[in-house]
Amino acid sequence: MHVESDFIRLDRVEKVFQVRRKTGFLRSERREVRAVDSISCTVARGEMVGYIGPNGAGKSTTIKMLTGILTPSGGRLRVAGIDPTRERTRLAHRIGVVFGQRTTLWWDLPLIDSYRLMHRMYRIPDARYRENLDRCVELLDLGGLLDVPVRQLSLGQRMRGDIAAALLHDPDVLYLDEPTIGLDVISKARVREFLRDLNAERGTTVLLTTHDLQDIEQVCRRVMVIDHGRLMYDGPLAGLHEAGESERTLVVDLERELPPVEVAPARVVKVEGPRQWLAFPASESAAPLVARIAEAYPLVDLSVREPDIETVIAKMYADRRETSVGGRQTSVDGRQTSVGGRETSADRREMSADRRKATADRAGRPGGMVS
Amino acid sequence: MDSSPYSRHTPYGTCDSHHQHRPHGSHRQYHLYGPYDPYDPYARYGPYRRLRDGLRAYRMIAAMWIRSTMAYRLSFAMTTFGNFAGTVLDFVAIMLMFSQVDELGGYALPEVAFLYGLTSTSFGLVDVTVGSMDRLGRRVRDGTLDTLLVRPAPVLAQVAADRFALRRLGRVVQGLLVLGYAVAVLDIEWTPLKVLVVPLALLSGGLIFGALFVAAGAFQFVAQDASEVQHAFTDGGNTLLQYPPTVFAQELLRGVTFVLPLAFVNWLPALYVLGRPYPLDLPVWAAFASPLVGAGCCALAGLAWRAGLRSYRSTGS
Repeated sequence: MHVESDFIRLDRVEKVFQVRRKTGFLRSERREVRAVDSISCTVARGEMVGYIGPNGAGKSTTIKMLTGILTPSGGRLRVAGIDPTRERTRLAHRIGVVFGQRTTLWWDLPLIDSYRLMHRMYRIPDARYRENLDRCVELLDLGGLLDVPVRQLSLGQRMRGDIAAALLHDPDVLYLDEPTIGLDVISKARVREFLRDLNAERGTTVLLTTHDLQDIEQVCRRVMVIDHGRLMYDGPLAGLHEAGESERTLVVDLERELPPVEVAPARVVKVEGPRQWLAFPASESAAPLVARIAEAYPLVDLSVREPDIETVIAKMYADRRETSVGGRQTSVDGRQTSVGGRETSADRREMSADRRKATADRAGRPGGMVS
Repeated sequence: MDSSPYSRHTPYGTCDSHHQHRPHGSHRQYHLYGPYDPYDPYARYGPYRRLRDGLRAYRMIAAMWIRSTMAYRLSFAMTTFGNFAGTVLDFVAIMLMFSQVDELGGYALPEVAFLYGLTSTSFGLVDVTVGSMDRLGRRVRDGTLDTLLVRPAPVLAQVAADRFALRRLGRVVQGLLVLGYAVAVLDIEWTPLKVLVVPLALLSGGLIFGALFVAAGAFQFVAQDASEVQHAFTDGGNTLLQYPPTVFAQELLRGVTFVLPLAFVNWLPALYVLGRPYPLDLPVWAAFASPLVGAGCCALAGLAWRAGLRSYRSTGS
């Protein structure tokens, strides 16, 4: 058993809900909703993975299955070798969970009381508890807050308190569901920094869902995009731009006002006096482009702007919606051509099998689409 | 590819970095051995361990709630007093009724007080221990049940201890007072068996009401706004049992004996002590079957709870 590289493992995991809809008085219609539709992936110990997707895409459902709250309708699921459904209580000792919008702290009691409960409920050895508490207090800056009733804490303070509560028992995996929702910029930065430190020092595996793409940019090296219950992208953040056909922008300052620069494959999107904005595919290198512009035009200065990840993901969703009109098959094909148009579906299957075999060694390989 | 300025922190790049970042010595190394590691204290998890863990979690959570209530001492004192006064008025209503009539269904006031005291005490005890089960529906609706499911303790214990409130002891005190009054006033020829029946009745009453609360809680996994339905059975059952069985119709008596065995809470034991005939021509030993009936109810309620929790975990609602 490969605990290290298959620390979390999903094999064609599905979750189907029966939704009843009222169609009349005392009459209702049953409908099946596939919240999670055959997701397969592995997460190695010590990875930090961001899990993103629009509302209702199946993110929370997946987290709930990974924590043992929900039972999958199909497929196989293991976290640290444990089947979350069958051994919920045993798994609880190995995982920490932070629900962004639901605090687990005791509203009317001082923060420290909630921690003491964790200490006893999880049977954390005294020395270990004190060490972990001291560390969390220091890194999350909770020093002056331990004796304050939780109801008097600000949202940011409470979130930090919740994160500390989830870590006192040394979990191997930390799940965070929207950990920065509603926080101010400083609190967000502090939470992110803490997560990075935690991962670096303890090797804690971190899985977080978020709507804030900065969370992903600053914390996670690996991104999974889920929509309509299907894994649409799994790979490094950089590869997401490619998959979303995003464009980078080259801003050039010329000596004087000139007609729009003509250099393929870039196209001018904006001209403002001597400054011109050129868009080019994110997958292309900027270097030859710059060389050619410098050769043909009087170039003074230039800068390259990375695409905004939010637009990239929005574009991915939009693409999928357009193509999915003609049914699932078309949608898959459509996606494929947008990635590069070279891969065949057989290649892709091979690739995802390959991914399963060697997750730990993902670095350097561009992310592929998983269907 | 490496766009994050914090890359040095993440052990993503190579296999080696995982090991580099693993803490040594102090950390729980036994995790590396897989699921059935002999050093893992949580590896074997039998039913006895479950029960013990459940009671332990219950105690800890109940203690937290008591401390929470003590954050508002005045409010606690007032609600405790209000609770007690409310239940006292409940019995005053029955006394008022007896100021107009001499007997109710052939029973005098001390006899009705005996019935009342038995059911009120056992109901009160259950109300103190698992009385917050009716909040389960709300927890399911707003999703806070999920936070209980990620804790290493049985969910039933956590839900039962939820909002544990000592103020509910008021009803127990009132029930015991009424019971004491009845025993003092009634002219009973006490035999050892009759003495034994009283604690048995309190025990089985507790078991039966407890099972009712748990089963009603399980129902709330399916119907989330059913807390009023629960009250209809629990509070309604308690009120029903405060009156002698002779005032009710035969069909109802059959229902509360064979379908929902509330008759075993206090009617049968009390009638045995009072030397009165049982309803429905039940045999004399029926009063002593109460604890068994209670245990049976608890077993069924346990099954219902498991089914309810399983349904929640598969539907998420």
